[in-house]
Amino acid sequence: MFEKVKKHSSEPERHAGREGNFYPEGKKRPGMNARIQRLREESVNTTPTLSIERALIETAFYQGNQGKYSIPMMRALNFMEICRQKTIYIGKDELIVGERGEKPKAVSTFPELTCHSVDDLHVLNSRDQQHYSISEKDIERYAEEVIPFWTGRTQREKIFNHVPSEWRLAYEAGLFTEFMEQRAPGHTCLDGKIYSKGMLDFKADIALEISKLDFFNDPEATEKEEQLKAMAISCDAIILLAERHALKAEEMSLLEEDPQRENELRRIAEVCRWVPANAPRNFWEAIQMYWFVHLGTIIELNGWDAMNPGHFDQHLQPFYEREIEAGSLKRAEAQELLSCFWIKVNNQPAPPKVGITARESGTYNDFTNINIGGVKADGRNGVSEVSYLMLDVIEDLHILQPGNSVHISSVTPNRFLHAAARVIRQGHGYPSVFNPDIYIQEMLRSGKSLEDAREGGCSGCIEVGAFGKEAYILTGYLNVPKVLEITLNNGLDPVTGKQVGIETGDLREFGSFEEVYQAFRKQLKYIIDLKIRINNYIDRMYALNTPATFLSVVIDDCIQKGRDYYNGGPRYNTTYIQCTGLATVADSLSVIRKHVFEEGNFSMGHLLDAVSANFEGQEILRRRILNNTPFFGNDDEYADSLALRVFDDLFSLIDGRPNGKAGGKYHLNMLSTTCHIYFGKVLGATPNGRLSGKSISDGTSPSHGCDVNGPSAVMNSLAKLDHVKTGGTLLNLRFLPSLLKRDEDISKLGSLIRSYFALGGHHVQFNIVDTATLIAARENPEEYRDLLVRMAGYSDYFNDMNDDLKQEVIERTENESF
Amino acid sequence: MIHTSLIFDIKRYSINDGPGIRVTVFFKGCPLKCDWCHNPESQSGKKQKLYSFSKCIGCGACVGICPENALFMEDNGNIVTDNSLCTLCGKCAKVCPTKAIEMSGRKETVESIMKAIRKETVQMDTSGGGVTFSGGEPLQHPEMLKDLLKVCGEEGIHRAVDTSGFASTELMMEVACETDLFLYDLKLMNSEKHRQFTGVPNELILDNLQKLADEGKNIIIRVPLIEGVNTDEENFVQLTAFISGLPENARVVNLLPYHSIASVKYTKLGEVYDEGIMRAPDTERIEYLLNMLLNAGIKASVGG
Repeated sequence: MFEKVKKHSSEPERHAGREGNFYPEGKKRPGMNARIQRLREESVNTTPTLSIERALIETAFYQGNQGKYSIPMMRALNFMEICRQKTIYIGKDELIVGERGEKPKAVSTFPELTCHSVDDLHVLNSRDQQHYSISEKDIERYAEEVIPFWTGRTQREKIFNHVPSEWRLAYEAGLFTEFMEQRAPGHTCLDGKIYSKGMLDFKADIALEISKLDFFNDPEATEKEEQLKAMAISCDAIILLAERHALKAEEMSLLEEDPQRENELRRIAEVCRWVPANAPRNFWEAIQMYWFVHLGTIIELNGWDAMNPGHFDQHLQPFYEREIEAGSLKRAEAQELLSCFWIKVNNQPAPPKVGITARESGTYNDFTNINIGGVKADGRNGVSEVSYLMLDVIEDLHILQPGNSVHISSVTPNRFLHAAARVIRQGHGYPSVFNPDIYIQEMLRSGKSLEDAREGGCSGCIEVGAFGKEAYILTGYLNVPKVLEITLNNGLDPVTGKQVGIETGDLREFGSFEEVYQAFRKQLKYIIDLKIRINNYIDRMYALNTPATFLSVVIDDCIQKGRDYYNGGPRYNTTYIQCTGLATVADSLSVIRKHVFEEGNFSMGHLLDAVSANFEGQEILRRRILNNTPFFGNDDEYADSLALRVFDDLFSLIDGRPNGKAGGKYHLNMLSTTCHIYFGKVLGATPNGRLSGKSISDGTSPSHGCDVNGPSAVMNSLAKLDHVKTGGTLLNLRFLPSLLKRDEDISKLGSLIRSYFALGGHHVQFNIVDTATLIAARENPEEYRDLLVRMAGYSDYFNDMNDDLKQEVIERTENESF
Repeated sequence: MIHTSLIFDIKRYSINDGPGIRVTVFFKGCPLKCDWCHNPESQSGKKQKLYSFSKCIGCGACVGICPENALFMEDNGNIVTDNSLCTLCGKCAKVCPTKAIEMSGRKETVESIMKAIRKETVQMDTSGGGVTFSGGEPLQHPEMLKDLLKVCGEEGIHRAVDTSGFASTELMMEVACETDLFLYDLKLMNSEKHRQFTGVPNELILDNLQKLADEGKNIIIRVPLIEGVNTDEENFVQLTAFISGLPENARVVNLLPYHSIASVKYTKLGEVYDEGIMRAPDTERIEYLLNMLLNAGIKASVGG
């Protein structure tokens, strides 16, 4: 089922070559002017390639210097070496400069974490999806120079050599994923500090902290000194990288024949000479400042997610207003610079993933998520002209990256909400919509100060964090429906045939629903404990072996504490476990409770046999389950209370447990990104009538096609969960474009969003579906029962209509598509 | 005394039946029988059984459970009901695994309907929405309707009544006291043609509309556009003239272009939908009629 829905789900996953396919020939092309059109086209049409340059520089550096320095110093000097040697690229039309690799969409490898084998490289070069090109020559060179050195020394090997067998069994069965097995913990987001301070200012802060170290009483003083010196070197490294861009631009300007471009290149040189060494003085420098910090972060390590400017509109607003007033910047020029920046982010596909991690996250998206709107640190409305400018850029460019979201607080004006809804209507799947009034409460609950909470927001998918002050590490997804599956089988995984959980009893012997639930809860605790135990170990591995000395410069209070980002340096340290499939579990429990224990419509044995046979020969039973059971998402207490119970238990088993980092704690997160597809593939049939291998429910959304009472009922159901107890929930809603045709519809969509937020919702996103989905809906009506379409004088469910009408709607929508 | 009425649906996130996000309550039973009716299950004031052959998997569970032996299966798997035996007990619908058999019409009380409406409170409040009583013809259920309007009024919920206008003037004016907005259907100006296509003449309908408008009630007049029935010049000239003569609070028109979408519902009722001469109007015709109204100073729009 999911394969058909997939391209319309939360993550825009169109292949790079197909981006922009909304525009039929003859219509206006995306891109506000010729420059942006050329840059965009280059970005969209370039196939991602693997760049081995970083790995070569790093390998040579480690070979020559192993054992000479402390680990933080090794990392910083290695970073310096990469910045000194890497190829500098300045593209023909570019205004914002700097690439991670030698050219757009060239992705570095990070052999210190995961050293790709020759086979891996061949697979990456030849697979159909998330393909990365690499030449045979480069593969040979990798085999000769990189692989021999790193084999046996990588973080990934250290992790997998250590983990106990029970962890490995559960991991391989798909009970959870592990984010850090091949990518560094990243997941952070910046506040406004880099717009008022340059790297030289940070170096001064670092020098001050070194001077304050107490070598007589603080046993960690020397470690702190090494860490701080490493941070200072990292500042120098990024300044050097910028200086090399200035030199390159100057060099190019001398050879440039077009006087306009010659001027631009001189300006680029001037900008790169000023930032990031100093605080930016204008709009252009502010964007370039952020871009160097972003670049530094993704060159240093392959953190997941990449990096994020946070409330970028709020950060740029003072520069914009000052320059507009002074007449030194026009709106269109600002839009052009922002467009250049947007394309820069699109030029950085996610580092290639292999193994289970590739299966669960098959996307080029590296999850930079720009926050637009929201509130300021003083609680007032954060929307400015720059916010509208960004919406214009998003609508004009519609590219895969960066992701973006609008933040709608009770103080946000309707004008902004409606402007955002108009972009949502375009059907790109963004911006997504967040509720600051709730996520500020989430942060207060987890111990942030009011100001820090207000300056925070959401990054990646839906994860809440105190921007610029927090490490909020995502550790992987928990397959809650799989936990239920092993409970049904007394700890045995029916898919692999292995005992992966504990023995909690034979369900056929149970006399009450309560016994079933308690067995499930015991399994849940066992699996969560297993995950947390190894998470804590992996976290320490990063703290000890691969400190992020550059990233630590820009996150408070790493400098003041003299500690690394991975080692409790940030003011707040959160570890998230992302729980998936809430609806699949709630619905399955609803079936067991109602049909087996309350009404006796069939026995537990009958149900278990049908489930293990993937409902083969039991289609009538399956239909009865699907059509006669209360399911989550319909504003029905029976099912919703079960979802709430599972949610509360996940919360009590995860929230507040120590993560070993300066008082840091575990918190609950409720998202699945694209992992619900992978988790569904490793899962047999479930009691809710879901067939083996089919996707589980996504985020906190209802099971696919099981919400039949419209969007308000879905929202009411979700609002029964206390979102404040989480670090984020995710709701997907699907609408047809024709449902959002009139301005009046836009304002009703706005009201729907405000209603959900008034009820306490954290996030919602909309899929405005296209013809392909409608055709799939016609072929698989059962899976699209929730698809609402706008008809003549009323709205109706697509699958309540006859074939002719479906065809009519399909044709009509085609005319409305973009 | 507790009233009950037959309701065939309570729809949430209803965005086309008045301002904001609304809950629409559909009463069963209508004095009109329009050839183009989109909700044929709303016409009868009695409980009905709906059957969808395309959803039926031929499991025979319904045939087995029927206490009256009123159901039998044809060779092609089609389930046929002997209506002379069927008591509409609904056991077949309950046992059907695919909802191929559904019962249309359930008894509801004021309190049970209010409970459903209140679930949408936040959405209604945030959007400036409310509740719309539709049908069928809500005025066919006068006691229930008046009670609901009163309770909604006490709770500050905006109330719209979607009516054919075919009810006694006394009742209409009584209902009007507790109604914030009327969605008032107007189909044909010629009474004979009106009778031909809807089963009733239109004098009472026009008279009630005039009276409501004169009372200063807010009214949106809804005109279905059906080629072959009412999109002709003569009807529209008269219609425009009539609406132009109404006070401003009633000079608002939504034009609703016809679609043959309801035929599947007729099939479910075991009836045949005869499209006859009815056709969807083309875009130019819609545009032309819209302009005719606009030029007469009427606030008209397509859709709603």
